[in-house]
Amino acid sequence: MSSKTKENNNYTKNRKNVQEMMSNTSNRKIYVNKLVTILCICCIIIAIIPLGSILFEVFKNGYSAISFEFLTQKPGSIGSGKGGIGPAIQGTLIVVSSAALIAVPVGVFAGIYLSEYAKSNNKFAFAVRFFADVLTGLPSIIVGIVSYVIIVISIGSFSVVAGAFSLSLIMIPLVTRITEESLKMVPDPIREAAHSLGIPKWKITIFIVLKTATSGVLTGIVLSIARIAGETAPLIMTILGTSLYFSSFTGPVDALPLRIWRLASLPYESAHASGWGAAMILILLILVLNVGLRVLARKQNIATSRDT
Amino acid sequence: MTKYKNNQSLIPLTKFSKFDPIFKSIIIGASAYTLVMLALILFAVGEGSKEIFQDEGLNFLTSTDWNAVPGRESFGALPYIIGTLVSSGIAMAIGVPISLGIAIFLSEIAGTKLKTPLSFIIELLAAVPSIIYGFWALFVFRFWIMDFVEKPLHSFFGDSLPFFAKTPFGLDVFTAGIVLAIMIIPIISSITRELLLVVPNSQREAAYSLGATRWEAIKIAVLPYAKSGILGASIIGLGRAIGETMLVTLIIGNATGLNAIPTSLFSQSQTLSSLIANEFNEAASELHLSALIGLGAVLLLLTMLINVIARLLVYKMVKTSNPGGRI
Repeated sequence: MSSKTKENNNYTKNRKNVQEMMSNTSNRKIYVNKLVTILCICCIIIAIIPLGSILFEVFKNGYSAISFEFLTQKPGSIGSGKGGIGPAIQGTLIVVSSAALIAVPVGVFAGIYLSEYAKSNNKFAFAVRFFADVLTGLPSIIVGIVSYVIIVISIGSFSVVAGAFSLSLIMIPLVTRITEESLKMVPDPIREAAHSLGIPKWKITIFIVLKTATSGVLTGIVLSIARIAGETAPLIMTILGTSLYFSSFTGPVDALPLRIWRLASLPYESAHASGWGAAMILILLILVLNVGLRVLARKQNIATSRDT
Repeated sequence: MTKYKNNQSLIPLTKFSKFDPIFKSIIIGASAYTLVMLALILFAVGEGSKEIFQDEGLNFLTSTDWNAVPGRESFGALPYIIGTLVSSGIAMAIGVPISLGIAIFLSEIAGTKLKTPLSFIIELLAAVPSIIYGFWALFVFRFWIMDFVEKPLHSFFGDSLPFFAKTPFGLDVFTAGIVLAIMIIPIISSITRELLLVVPNSQREAAYSLGATRWEAIKIAVLPYAKSGILGASIIGLGRAIGETMLVTLIIGNATGLNAIPTSLFSQSQTLSSLIANEFNEAASELHLSALIGLGAVLLLLTMLINVIARLLVYKMVKTSNPGGRI
């Protein structure tokens, strides 16, 4: 009953709006329309300025710090301005790729289940989908705490394993949802045709459906790798950071975002210069992953549209 | 999908493969891992913060001390809860209207030629790691804010309005809020844009047929339709702002105890996550560590609640506007 009155109210309100609109013959509404368009353009400009400034400053200040030694050497003594970020680059590559090794199979399989096997009214599937979405909004520092309590305390040392585990917790929900969405884009007739040939379902899923959706799934994986490569907070309580190169999977390593943070907190000009250098390497890594993917995707689109 | 699943029994040709049930259990296991992860997260944070809640009880949530000196330990989370809410509030006040403007422009106003590059730029903005936002804000942006916004505000209103009291240094709750806004704008605007694209064209056409201008069509036919989804998108942005750690740590000024309760926009403060990041590696005792994880527990509950509400709102909107559809 109450919803009906509400609906009626809405209806009268809307009718009033519409009557006003139609009786309004002045130029005012045209000006308002233009004003809103201009405001929206201003919003876009406001959002673009920081991106422009970040890229400009990072490349301007980072460029002078980059040298072969900077990229390969261990950090020098604090404040000396010597040494480089070699261990940080190496550590980021190791931790991120180990995290991806855990997260990609789990995420892709879960995505396959949600899209291909779960019925639409399945409560378990709904729960998985829902909590995967909720987990993508979880603060990354929480993931660090979880990994600290579960892994660092039990093996008694800050380690690559703990770092990779924490980053995989961030990555799995992302990969799950993206895989599901990409598989759902595959048209049903492809599955039906495969079924009519008598192929077992797991083969259809992997060799036909997943293969058709490869570019979408890969895009999702690469974007989520780019996302975890920049995560800092979970690394504070898992890999700790060190100025040495990688020694073992149960020992601490360094990582680029962590190094940037430590350098930013130091009171030396030289440390800040190295920080800009490290920031430039990190942002280059992420830009290459993002932009490269775009260019590849576009090329592939053009190729497929020519084929058809 | 269900269509062909129902027909499955009608296809005698499909061979039974021994691997099928194995494959099915593998993928169900992988899906169940999401729920295991959730359980692990709740367990670990609960386990880690047990000690502080035993020691301080609910006082932990309401007291304002923060003393880690062994023997005189006393921990209270209230100032950081307030700091978190204030900085995120500033971020929302600035970020939501701008995101809405961007989403409207991208889905309703821009032509196809502008749409693609602009959407890509917004996505790039979302891809920049928060540590880089923080580094840039610490060495570049805070001086802009200090010189062009805070100092004029302080000299005009500093005496009359308590918001603008305190001499600004750029490292304060106001700057943190603005940089948080910059960070959540791409998140809110990309979700909102997709929701606006889901609004059926018949809504717009009906408005245009009555003589509406583009803005009027957006106002009476598009935005009301997407209302709950837009609210959901904003709340997802709020969740991000509340949980953001690195950039806040670098620019909020890192006060502790009573000093961390902001009395003006230009006071130093501290959020739940920034205090964890700052002190975790230097924790002086088991209790101190447990107190930091206790802050994490508060943060976890806050963001879980926010995200559950937000997702339900977004789901509702997508479900009612295109049943069986996807976003």
